[in-house]
Amino acid sequence: MSWIVALPILTPFIGAAACLFLRNRRGSGWISVLTALVSLGLALRLLVTVMENGVIAGQVSAWPAPFGITLVADYLSAAMVLITAIIGLATALWAMAEIGPTSARLGWFVLFQTLLGGVTGAFLTGDLFNLYVWFEVLLISSFGLLAIGGSRKATDGAVKYVTLNLIATAFFLSAAGLTYGATGTLNMADLHRAVAEHPDQGLMTVIAMLFMLAFGMKAAVFPLFFWLPASYHTPHYAVSALFAGLLTKVGVYALIRVFTLIFTHDQGWTHEILLWCACLTMLTGVLGAAAQSDFRKILSFHIVSQIGYMVLGLALMTPLALTGAVFYILHHIIVKANLFLVAGVSRRLTGGSELAQIGGLYRAAPFLALLFLIPAFSLAGFPPLSGFWAKFLLVKASLDAQEWLVAGIALVVGLLTIFSMTKIWAAAFWKPHPGGYEPVLTQLSLRARALMLGPMAALALMTLVIGLMPQPFLSFATRAAGQLLDPAAYIHAVLGDKQ
Amino acid sequence: METLIALLAGALTTAGIWLMLSGHLLRFLFGLMLISNAVNLAIFTAGRLSMGRPPLLEPGGAPAPEMANALPQALLLTAIVIGFGLFAFALALTIRAFRAFGHLEVDRMRLAEPEPAEPELAGPELARPEKPAGAM
Repeated sequence: MSWIVALPILTPFIGAAACLFLRNRRGSGWISVLTALVSLGLALRLLVTVMENGVIAGQVSAWPAPFGITLVADYLSAAMVLITAIIGLATALWAMAEIGPTSARLGWFVLFQTLLGGVTGAFLTGDLFNLYVWFEVLLISSFGLLAIGGSRKATDGAVKYVTLNLIATAFFLSAAGLTYGATGTLNMADLHRAVAEHPDQGLMTVIAMLFMLAFGMKAAVFPLFFWLPASYHTPHYAVSALFAGLLTKVGVYALIRVFTLIFTHDQGWTHEILLWCACLTMLTGVLGAAAQSDFRKILSFHIVSQIGYMVLGLALMTPLALTGAVFYILHHIIVKANLFLVAGVSRRLTGGSELAQIGGLYRAAPFLALLFLIPAFSLAGFPPLSGFWAKFLLVKASLDAQEWLVAGIALVVGLLTIFSMTKIWAAAFWKPHPGGYEPVLTQLSLRARALMLGPMAALALMTLVIGLMPQPFLSFATRAAGQLLDPAAYIHAVLGDKQ
Repeated sequence: METLIALLAGALTTAGIWLMLSGHLLRFLFGLMLISNAVNLAIFTAGRLSMGRPPLLEPGGAPAPEMANALPQALLLTAIVIGFGLFAFALALTIRAFRAFGHLEVDRMRLAEPEPAEPELAGPELARPEKPAGAM
């Protein structure tokens, strides 16, 4: 058993257990920050080890590979674990200023840590059924986090989120069961061989489509995204930020993993469907956002539209496109979580999130305006911010693949993103508060300001660093894409020489 | 035997979908429960059914010459336990929804996504022409 792969999963659960015993706000809040710090350290160590030694695999209880549960960390997994830890730490700090004693007593911090554990587990597992279990862990934690908000609106959002995600779960489970029935294995590395060698390739495509439905629902791909804008604007802002950053990306990660490692036998069919879903996801998301007038709802629809870009990278399946997809995910998680955190501070200062009812933030807090501008422009793809490089890679990849229409859609969607961001900027920051009341930053206590603005500034700084010095991140994403396209190293790490 | 259980799974799915389309949250959940049981049966059947064979070992401890596949059963048990937990949560949420809204009709749950024509959305700058009732 390779502890270096297992520890990033175990740590959040240990933290969650500690939070469970200490359910007062201060105690469990600091424990959760401490746990997030340890997770960050472990994730960094994992990434460094993967970059030095290549793909690492660990066999749970030393059961050999296709029979036991395997944990695998390649470039993509390790990077996703690190980014999870970063967002975990940022929201853990931010949540200290938002989560009240009642939510803390109900176990908010416990669920927060189990959610992070579930997400990390999903990124590291090398077994399909185990992936299902991690999905359930993160799902049940997210149900709890959504419902703890307690308002009627949150209950409404939670009902839709829970029911639609349970359907996705049923799809995933039946796909996993049929995969086992057809191939006799659930180990992803072993499935690479088993699916390619299976005599009935049509059956494999049917199973692949079931997986596409299940993960597409989790990733909020068109036409399966309706649960997302119905629920993401209802819970605590820390929950929104965490969900926006991480949850749909678990779905995208699973899509990427399954459709680069396992089901690559019929790309003319599966990846073509992904391509058109990606385009429609980008378009519907951004058009949906244009029709909204609530800070968080606009951002929620933009999650959908951005998911389209990531799936586009997967659908094109060229080295450059997958590089773009990996780069896009990493940049997007930071940016999106940060935007939701800005929405949270804006709500604290102006008392609302409906754009018509708020305003005056630019005068109140120019620094907050800067913290909004950096991720917002990055989301829209302004050079020299991180989103520019991400979009540039994907547009270039689609032009290289001679998908002119796709490239056009990607560019138009970027333009429409600017429209939505300008709408928020004009309404929340520039126009005076319609209540005739002037928000000031000192409404927040010094502690709240430090806990909220600190992590946001750090995330904005990361966006700037990725944008201004993209080279190391690009070469990392290139190598991650290389591993995805040629899974030999992954399979060797899991199965050894007995393939 | 496989055919019979496959047909049973199909029948459960049909009933489940019919219930889920009724527009009532509780019936929706019952439908989902039927479908998840259909999925469980499907996994079980996909792992091959074998009657009266020991899993892994004979009663005395010797390896069985022909054994039942224990893995689908293990997967199934995990899925049942997880499904049980999820449904317990979903039912609790249903009770809460009923207390909050006074009804369980999904079409009328529009608190988080109000109709565009509702007055709270029609702010001074964002006023929109009214839409006929029931339009999305």
